[in-house]
Amino acid sequence: MNSSPVVELADVTKVYHLPSGDVVALDGVSLSIEEGEFVAIMGPSGSGKSTLLNQIGSLDVPSSGDLFIDGKNIGEMGDRNLTEMRLNTIGYIFQKFNLIPLLTAFENVEYPYILKHRKKDESGRVNHILAMVGIDSDLSRHIPSELSGGQQQRVAIARALVNEPKILLCDEPTGNLDTKTGRHIMDILYGLNSEGRTLIMVTHDPAIAGYASRTINLVDGRVA
Amino acid sequence: MIIKDIIFQLSIRSIRLHFLRSVLAALGIVIGVVAIASMGMMGANMTLSVTEELSSMADTLVVTAYSGGGGGGGMPGMGGGGDDDDYISKDEFDDIERIAAKYGTVYAIYQESDTIEVGDKKGRATMYGLDEDMFPGLFTLTEGAFPRSTNSVIVGPMLVERLDLKVGSKIEIGDPDEGPTTTVRVVGILEERGMSQDINSDMAIIGAEKLFTGIFGGEGEYDQVNIVLNDLDDTETVTEQIEDKLNRKEDTVTIQDSSRMIESITGTLSTMTIFVMAIAGISLLVAAVSIFNVMMMSVTERIREIGILRSIGTQKNEVRSMFLYESAILGVIGAVIGAVVSLTVGWLVVLAMVGSTEYFFAPASLVYVPFAMAIGTVICILSGLYPAWSASNLDPIEALRAE
Repeated sequence: MNSSPVVELADVTKVYHLPSGDVVALDGVSLSIEEGEFVAIMGPSGSGKSTLLNQIGSLDVPSSGDLFIDGKNIGEMGDRNLTEMRLNTIGYIFQKFNLIPLLTAFENVEYPYILKHRKKDESGRVNHILAMVGIDSDLSRHIPSELSGGQQQRVAIARALVNEPKILLCDEPTGNLDTKTGRHIMDILYGLNSEGRTLIMVTHDPAIAGYASRTINLVDGRVA
Repeated sequence: MIIKDIIFQLSIRSIRLHFLRSVLAALGIVIGVVAIASMGMMGANMTLSVTEELSSMADTLVVTAYSGGGGGGGMPGMGGGGDDDDYISKDEFDDIERIAAKYGTVYAIYQESDTIEVGDKKGRATMYGLDEDMFPGLFTLTEGAFPRSTNSVIVGPMLVERLDLKVGSKIEIGDPDEGPTTTVRVVGILEERGMSQDINSDMAIIGAEKLFTGIFGGEGEYDQVNIVLNDLDDTETVTEQIEDKLNRKEDTVTIQDSSRMIESITGTLSTMTIFVMAIAGISLLVAAVSIFNVMMMSVTERIREIGILRSIGTQKNEVRSMFLYESAILGVIGAVIGAVVSLTVGWLVVLAMVGSTEYFFAPASLVYVPFAMAIGTVICILSGLYPAWSASNLDPIEALRAE
């Protein structure tokens, strides 16, 4: 195991400049997450959870402070490198599944694989991962709008996993699902963590956060 | 390539998803391509058919007396060999023949306009007199035969139509009030030749030299000398030599070269073609606006999708190419359909405007199809540039938040 943390924030501040004035979404956040951890980030709305997740997800960069993902400072990266980081190091699972509506379930999972490997999947990896999250080859031929919410989230998890990311980010992964389906999804995520994958999950549901080994509470952009 | 492939797939599926909208946008391109291609083909066919018509006499150099106007009407019987004459003298003709004989055929023409009478119909016509040995080489008959006796003539088709002539008809030449008239017999009818610089035979009576000088006098005072060149490239050599011989001290003859006239006519036609095509091009501009609109709609509708693509690792330029592909596909589909339609529409336009589709499949005419296709496609891609650029520059977080 790598001794250095896979995610490390040092005094990270994010300020949004709005016409009505500056909004401080993150105010000097420092934390580190080791490889293999399952961390839940909790806090009321507007506490900066999503901003924090977007920072770790390399969708955005800090206004000040240092943010290291897998040893690299993303604050010094341009759009091209950030995009590569999202492709290779991070798997993003959204509340609203966010599958590409034009592609079938299989193609949705294969898409990041093609972006990374510059070739179609011939190794059977896509089918293997889909089977692992419980989507059989019949279902994988359907486009997202023909699938149930739970099935869509399973496909989204498969998509997030296809490039073997170091970090899985989950933004309210069960927020759009009923309790039973949500529990199935959480079982899958928990299983992934047991296999050693780093999971960072934003949620406001304490029951869901209970799956995590550590909970970080955010209040007004600060770690409480 | 494979990466292009998946991005390309996304573009195709997006078009398929919004099929009607895409078809309507492509329709604009179709119309623009058809307009440009068929206008271009019309111009090309006009130019080709006019050039063909004119080039039948492009090999003819026309020598007329300098000043005084070459259009006939020379008073006969003035005599004298002065330089102010408005005819070409026998000596001058001999000079010309000596120079030009080795480059082609030289013949002199007498020309006069006079009153004629056929039965009770009166009118005026141009009468040409020339060496009867030249007839078979110069003219084509639709009916009858070339004159064998001195009082037989051949006549142009328009005169035939106007005066109801046929082979065997008698024409009285000359005004009975002014003097004796001569009666000639029609033995042959000419094929239509159109406007030309050497001999306008469509409205004329053509007879032998002897017949002409018998009626009008003025033997050895030619109105015009034509040189039919064997090789067009000799035009300048012959012109220079004649100028050198006859116009050294002062101008006595004018040499007209028909190729210059053809140049100016084709020049005018191509200017006109470009103008008409520019008007047709406006329809492509309208199409460009509609493509732009469709692409902007496509971007706006897919903001969230763009956010997803970006958030899972799609580079900006890949998003950009996705939208450029989309507009390129619309452009290519529009251009291909436009090409097929323009072959039909172009054919009809050419048939209606030029009257003949003889040159429709000539390269100079068909080249307008790929030309219009290229313009249509390029315009389509150009109008997709901004939408594609704006799509690729969306902030992924903002885009993900969109509904």
